This record gives sequence, structure tokens and C-alpha cells, in this order.
Amino acid sequence: MSIFSPGARHALPVMLFLLCGFAAPLLAVIAFSFVPSRTFSLWQPWTLENYAEIFNSSSYISFLWSLGLAAATVVILALICYPVAFGLARVFGKYATLITLLFTLPLFVSENVRIYGWILFFIKKGVLLGTLESLFGYAPESILFTTGLTLLGMVYVYLPFMLFPMTLGVSMVPQQVRDAAFDLGATRWQVFKEVDLPLAMPGIVIGFLLTFVLAVGAIAEAKVLGGQRIIPIAHDIEIAFTYAQNWPLGAALSVLLMLVVGTFVLIVLRRFDLDSILGRR
Amino acid sequence: MESTGDRMRRALLWAWALAVIVFMYLPTVSLLLASSTDSRYFMFPIQRWGFGWWQKTFASLEVHQLFETSLLIALCVTVIAVVIALFGALAFARYEWKGRSLYQKIVLLPIFFPQTVLGLALLLWFNALGFTMSWQTAVFAHLVWIIPVCTLVISIQVYSFDPALEEAAFDLGATRWQVFREVTLPVLFPGIFSGALFAFLLSWGNFPLSLYTTGADTTLPEYLYAKMIAGYTPGVPVLGTVSTLGAALLMLCGYLVIVVLRRRGTAEPDNDQ
Repeated sequence: MSIFSPGARHALPVMLFLLCGFAAPLLAVIAFSFVPSRTFSLWQPWTLENYAEIFNSSSYISFLWSLGLAAATVVILALICYPVAFGLARVFGKYATLITLLFTLPLFVSENVRIYGWILFFIKKGVLLGTLESLFGYAPESILFTTGLTLLGMVYVYLPFMLFPMTLGVSMVPQQVRDAAFDLGATRWQVFKEVDLPLAMPGIVIGFLLTFVLAVGAIAEAKVLGGQRIIPIAHDIEIAFTYAQNWPLGAALSVLLMLVVGTFVLIVLRRFDLDSILGRR
Repeated sequence: MESTGDRMRRALLWAWALAVIVFMYLPTVSLLLASSTDSRYFMFPIQRWGFGWWQKTFASLEVHQLFETSLLIALCVTVIAVVIALFGALAFARYEWKGRSLYQKIVLLPIFFPQTVLGLALLLWFNALGFTMSWQTAVFAHLVWIIPVCTLVISIQVYSFDPALEEAAFDLGATRWQVFREVTLPVLFPGIFSGALFAFLLSWGNFPLSLYTTGADTTLPEYLYAKMIAGYTPGVPVLGTVSTLGAALLMLCGYLVIVVLRRRGTAEPDNDQ
């Protein structure tokens, strides 16, 4: 028999694939961030000039925008999704599956197509303004191409990524514990604060993490809905790789983004036991 | 037995959830509306309803080509992802082993990673290896993200799998292959099926990974993006609607298959209890 345990043997194909499809490309990006600016080969004297260029330029503004928008997205989504997650786990009963399916479907339609749908909704003479005008004769300015709409796009695109882990978390809270708390005279608010929230925390935090990380890397919302009023960091990276043809600079920006994202992911994931979240009973 | 306050709260929860669903579908409905007008520019309320743009779009050879490329990529991704992810899921949830908790976290990393950056990293990597971008490199790129998702989806089924079933088969003298084919695969089939459905649909709709790794072979989401930044083209709402309806139909069929499979699974006496 082989020297590996059965578990390690079964994990081998995935691990090998991720080694050459995930780890190796990321190492290539890291390596590329150290070669001289505007060159396309790794075999040259390494330098730190790309990092110096970032700190001397305005790229940090893009970083701040991305982090800020991602944080705002997380907060808004937490408020929108908690009641829905609670309903899915406790109230909607047999309709919960149907509602879950309705929330899953948009995940399978290309993100940019759905964002384009918002353009048709908000554009002048579009679904919203056209209706207002024909019904009430009221024709306000379109809110298209504003920072607020970028945020709306992000909230919209990442909603399922908050909702599903949150629902998983909320359904982990045993009903008996809630009943016991109510029997002992706890108010609704106390049960929420002392029972629901702490026990659902693993799912909630995974939802926070997932939406935050994905939103930090968001690009299409600002480009299509925000009319490039603000430039998120992923857009800077894309520009460096494509129009500017400066791969080393793009690689250095990617490394910084990976550091931010990776730190969050590692800190949060270290604290969780995935078996208990995904359903080993 | 319910108090008025409780009923009120339930109604509020329902209203809130329905409002969120309406919000989720506003863009899709807008696409549908925009695709069913015959005017060159979209104006609402619609003056001339009609399906002329649907006919024109479907008659286009370019669109046929896009469908073929997207379908080819999605099918390859589905087959490869399901095979690798099935073993990955068994390692994730079936076996107790030393490296498991680390492995579970490593598998999640690509899901928690900005896809645009992943796409660019793969572009750089393929370039360093001297590959030319084509639909094959796109298959590889999709797999980096979809194998982990697929592993998670199948794992959820594996968690409810009772290892004693396999052991009993071994005791009765079955070979390793027989156990896998006659016990493991059938019991896990609903999970494998949902995994395949996820893999196909996620590959079909993927844009950020395709964008940098398809080279000359364009997929549907890429084409739509190119058209939509070029100004208003009535073909975009049509294809967007088709893509949404297609995904919905496939999901519905998949959902029905899973329901039937689960029913049959629980009808067998030797399951679970």
C-alpha cells in the first residue's frame, strides 16, 4: 500500500491541481513584482522599485476606496441579510428551499450581465425613470454613474455570499436554547444578543469574510455602474497589466492586495472548525 | 396559539424577504423588458413590443460560435471538476487524517480570492510557461475556482455518509473498486449531481477568469461585456435574458432530479437508520 493515509491519498489530486493552478501562479506574481518595471522576463536582477513606485503614487487612494466600499458593503449586507437568514432558518419552513433557489439563481448569470440590467433600470428613460415620467410626469436626474450606485451594485452582487453562510450559522442555533432563554424571562433583544448572535457567529463571520474579500477585489461595479468616478484597486491592477503593459507594477499591486486579503482570511479561518459549520453531527 | 405580536413579526419577515427578492430580480426584469422591444434604443414604457431582436440574435453565426465555445468549456470543466472534487470531498469530510484541518482551509483559499487578480495571475503564469491562451487554458483557469466550490458542495453530502456502509461491503468480500462503484458512488450521487450542476453553471457564467485566459476563443460573458461597453446594442438584453432563462431552466431540472433522488434514497430501508 502507499505511504499516504486514505485521506491524504484522496486529497492528492486537489492538492496537486491547486499547487500548479493556484500556488504556482501566485508565486509567479510575487516573483514578477521584483523585476524591473515594464519588462516581461523573470531572469533579471531583482529590484524593489515597483513597490517604491506604488508608495510614491496615488495607488493608495484606490486601496482606501476598495477597503472602504468593501467595509460598507459588509455592514449593509449584514443588516439586509440577517432577517432573511433568520426567516430561512426558522420561519419560512417548506418555502425555504424555493426562496434559497431564487437567491442562488443570480449567481449563475454572468455578473456583468446583471450589472447591465441595473443600467437599464436606472438609465434616463429606463425602467425606473421612464415609469416615473409617464405616470407622474416627474423626471429627476439619473443616479447612474455615482459612487452610491457602485455601492448598490456591490451589495447586489455579493448578497448571496453573505446570505448563505449566515443562514447556515443561524440554523446552527438550537431552538431549545432559545426556548430556555425565553422561559427564563429573557427579552427578545436579550435572546438575540446573548443566544442567537454568539451561537450563529461562525456562519456570520464566514459571511462577513467572504463578502469583504470579494468586495475588495470588485471591479465591474465601479467600471460599469459607477462610471469610473472612483477607481478600485482591482481596476488599477488591470490597467497596469493591460493598457500600461507594466506587468511588474501590476504584480506588486496584486501582492499588496493578496497580503490584505490573505491576512483577513488566515486570521478568521484559524479560529473556526469547518466540520462543525458544514454539518458533521 | 400564536400571539398577534408573533404573527406580525412573521409577516414582517416575509415582507422583508420578498422585498429583497424583488431587489435581486429588478435587473433581470429590466433585461427582459429591454429585450422585447423592436426599437433600436431602449425607452420605457415600451412603445413597440416585439421579438425582432431575438430572431436577429439567434440567426447570428457569431452567437452560435460563442455558445459552442462556452458550452465546450463548461462541459470540460464539469467533468474534470467533478472527478477531482469527489476525491477532494472524501478527503474533506469522510476520512480522519493528520493534515485534514489544514487541507480544509487550503481548499477554501481560491474561493476567498479576488477572481480578477486570479485571472491575471494565471495569465502571467501561462505566459511564463510559454502557453498560448485558448479555450483549454480557460478550462484550467475555471477549474482553479470551481474545483474548490465543487469540493465543498459534494462535502456537504459526504458529511451525512455513513462509513459503516463501506466497511460492511468490505466485510462481505467486495473489492475496493466494487465498494466504490456499488456503495460510495450511488449513496453520494445527489451531492455529485449538485456539484456537477454548480460546476457547469458557474463556468457558463464566469467572466473574470475567462477574460484573461481565453485568448482568441471568446465566451458569451466576454462578448456581452465587449458589446455593453461599446454602447447600447439590443442583442445584449436578448442574450442576457437567454442566459438567465437557461440557467433557471437547468437549475429547475437539476432541482427536480435531486428531489427524486433524495426520495428514492430515503425510500430504501438500509439508508441512515
